Amino acid sequence: MSALGRSDDSVLARWWWTVDRWMLVMVFALMGAGLILTWAAGPWVARTIGLEPLHFVKRQGVFLVLAAVVMLAVSLVSPRQIRRAACVLLPVSLLLMLVTVLAAPEINGSQRWLPLGSFTLQPSELFKPSFVVFAGWMLSAKIDNPNLPSWRAAAAVYIAGAALLVLQPDFGQLVLVTLVFLGQLTLAGLPFLWISALAVAGIAGLGLAYLTVPHVASRIDRFIDPSSGDTLQMDRALEAFRRGGLLGQGPGEGEVKRHLPDAHTDYIFAVAGEEFGTLAALALLAAFAVIVVRALSDLLDEEDPFIVIAGAGLVMLFGLQALINTAVNLALLPPKGMTLPFISYGGSSLLTLALTMGMVLALTRRNRYLTAPLRERRA
Amino acid sequence: MIRVDRLFRLQRPSLDQAHQRLSVLILLFAAGFLVVAGRAVDLGVFQYAGDPAAPVNPAEADHRWQRAEIVDRRGEVLATTVASQWLYADPRRIQKPEETALALAEILPGQTAGDILRRFRRPKEFVWIEHNLTPSQVAAVNALGEPGLNFKTGSLRLYPHGRLAAHALGYTGIDGEGLAGLEKFFDRRLTDPARLDEPLRLSLDLRVQHAATDELALAMDEFQAKGAVALVMDVHSGELLSLVSLPDYNANRYATATPEQKRNRATYEIYEQGSALKAVTIAAALDAGLVRLDDRIDATKPIRIAGYTIHDFHGQRRDLTVPEVFTYSSNIGSARLGDTLGAERQKRFFRQVGLLSPADVEVTEVSAPRYPERWGRIHTMTASFGHGVSISSVQLAQAMAAMVNGGRLQPATLLADADRQGRHRGRQVISPETSAVMRQLMRVAVVKGTGSFADVPGYRVAGKTSTAEKPGQTGGYDHDRVLSSFTGVFPAETPRYLVFAMLDEPHGTEATYQFAGGGWVAAPTVGKIIARIGPLLGVEPRPADQTFIREAALLVQEKD
Repeated sequence: MSALGRSDDSVLARWWWTVDRWMLVMVFALMGAGLILTWAAGPWVARTIGLEPLHFVKRQGVFLVLAAVVMLAVSLVSPRQIRRAACVLLPVSLLLMLVTVLAAPEINGSQRWLPLGSFTLQPSELFKPSFVVFAGWMLSAKIDNPNLPSWRAAAAVYIAGAALLVLQPDFGQLVLVTLVFLGQLTLAGLPFLWISALAVAGIAGLGLAYLTVPHVASRIDRFIDPSSGDTLQMDRALEAFRRGGLLGQGPGEGEVKRHLPDAHTDYIFAVAGEEFGTLAALALLAAFAVIVVRALSDLLDEEDPFIVIAGAGLVMLFGLQALINTAVNLALLPPKGMTLPFISYGGSSLLTLALTMGMVLALTRRNRYLTAPLRERRA
Repeated sequence: MIRVDRLFRLQRPSLDQAHQRLSVLILLFAAGFLVVAGRAVDLGVFQYAGDPAAPVNPAEADHRWQRAEIVDRRGEVLATTVASQWLYADPRRIQKPEETALALAEILPGQTAGDILRRFRRPKEFVWIEHNLTPSQVAAVNALGEPGLNFKTGSLRLYPHGRLAAHALGYTGIDGEGLAGLEKFFDRRLTDPARLDEPLRLSLDLRVQHAATDELALAMDEFQAKGAVALVMDVHSGELLSLVSLPDYNANRYATATPEQKRNRATYEIYEQGSALKAVTIAAALDAGLVRLDDRIDATKPIRIAGYTIHDFHGQRRDLTVPEVFTYSSNIGSARLGDTLGAERQKRFFRQVGLLSPADVEVTEVSAPRYPERWGRIHTMTASFGHGVSISSVQLAQAMAAMVNGGRLQPATLLADADRQGRHRGRQVISPETSAVMRQLMRVAVVKGTGSFADVPGYRVAGKTSTAEKPGQTGGYDHDRVLSSFTGVFPAETPRYLVFAMLDEPHGTEATYQFAGGGWVAAPTVGKIIARIGPLLGVEPRPADQTFIREAALLVQEKD
């Protein structure tokens, strides 16, 4: 930094020169788009359940400000501090998940939410990023010192978290965490034989869920054979994209959203497709893709294995969630309760993603004016 | 420096591998996003739905249904289907619920603002407000400018003649399903997609229906009866030109009609019809050769049997000829004739003339007759003059038509011949000769007997009165509650039409000297109906032919 003559040594100045500003812009763009889309989808849902029309929009506005603050604050801290924070948050989130399973009220057949005043907290949201960072630390420690039993520690925490997710039950989150952990293991040098074995085990697990959990079975059945049951949500979402066309029906002109359950949360992408068109949907996808590819590319010439594995894990968390949600909206995957990052309404999800992306921004901070060979020589 | 070097050596191979795998991961993500993007383009561009008019929610689709028309025998429309506007609200879009509810209550009679407001407050996106608005109501609702109010085009079954023939037609529900009468009986025929353009043609003649309804209503009012029936039937084909049941209702507003109004007294209500059945008894006895017209039948004193006494109302206290039994409506004489017939033969004959099975008429409101399971001697005697056997008016009409039309029982029908192919085939129940005698007897009953008020100059009415005491609440019969009817046919020599009028519990007036019998209240009504429909139906008026009834008339000794 000093090599470029910038003498200001304050925390903010350092952040300003080292943070990935394009990624920051993309995330803020997503947040703006999310507010507009909540405005489009929220009022109908709010009226349907007897709330004032702008209920969701106002709350989402507050959440977005909080999320921006959290993300910026987290992006200021150092990788070491992130590791420490994750190690504090991880046991807290596991404990809260345990409390949820034991004491939380049942909503729609599962216990995922802890009531907290007028808000509800979903502890599994907190678990995801802290576990990914923790796993990144444990797996990278093996690269530093092959004799450490750190993989076992990561696996043990994974099993504990996965068990609690099964008990809730929350298979969407389980699939997400499992895929990310598998990705992290791969990056950490897990032999391909192992990767294949785990992939097979994962598919077997999915099969087991299909056979033993009725609602998973019903969702998958209806996806494979639409005539086997009620596919209203899926059909309406597809109808939304077909009606939207390239340029959309126009803001506020959406019809399908009025009859699309969860239009403001899980199916907000369909609302975007109907009102703002395929071009807007593509723009959203592009924003997600750019964030993911850019963040992962940043890690390509990162030397610290912890930053590589934890950072990639966090980006995968974000990217997979976006990919799965959009694929579900387009009926490429069976429905599962997963929000579209920064776009869907929802406080817990938004704050978690702010935390995740804050950490990604923090981990990818570096001197943007040195090319890789230079940095290597410096090392 | 050494430490760094060691680190370098130890982790370099692993980190390289991590970077390699990371680039594969980037490619996988890029591919994933490309697939999703491709799907979005596929849906939005290649499967683009245009600007579809069809609403997303099926509840918002138009609510149209189709149903063939019903016309009378001359092609007059009796039931048709028109488009109508149905008002619904999307409560979430209602801007000023209170104001709008008040305004709507003004526009829509029968709706209260409070009720409408309650519907506005439901957490739904679709609530019905009102079906079938008039064009002026539609205009008034549109003038409110409320974006949450909207119309769907629905269908409405319309009965242009309102009350006329309501019981025969029945009515149709809001979703186009036949709920009563012909509408229900022919539900499948009327909704058959292949026959929607082909109207269902009835035997009814709207002009005759109107005349019958009009006269019957006047009589019902004059004699304060609680109900009334009128039937006009073609005696040869069984076609009903008119079927009236009073009190009636407007078929367009069936929902507000009372059960009493909706009851079809012609087909659904069964009564002990009384003396009219004497015609059946006499015809059976004559046809079987058990009795001749000039045979003397002992009617000197009441018959006592099984604790009952059979009286005559117009007692002659002497031996009566068969025409006298009929003309003076002698219960005693009829009972003796029935006794001569015997239970088995009487029951068989009743069954033959359709008195023991439900009328096969094309409405859904048809009752089965009621008769004694064990048909003993006492039952034979009472059944001879129409008691102990309860039948519907349509059953009676078709049996009486068979007595005069040459002896064929032609089941009553509401369909014009083209629509009735193969439905009804008549059967011979008495010989043409017996039928010819029955025509004489019925004409004599009008000329010399109880039915004189039914005669119409030129139309030569023949017929039979009935005055049946109704079963009392505590067993036995109630002298004050009677069922008075007249079954007339005209012209007497070669009958074409049967006209039946019945008043349920009529009350005598000053003009009838407080009498409420069939001859006093029903016979004049039939006469008035015939006077109106005779010309319409092209029956030529002619002077009465006295020679035609000579044979029977000479056997009737005038009363003192």
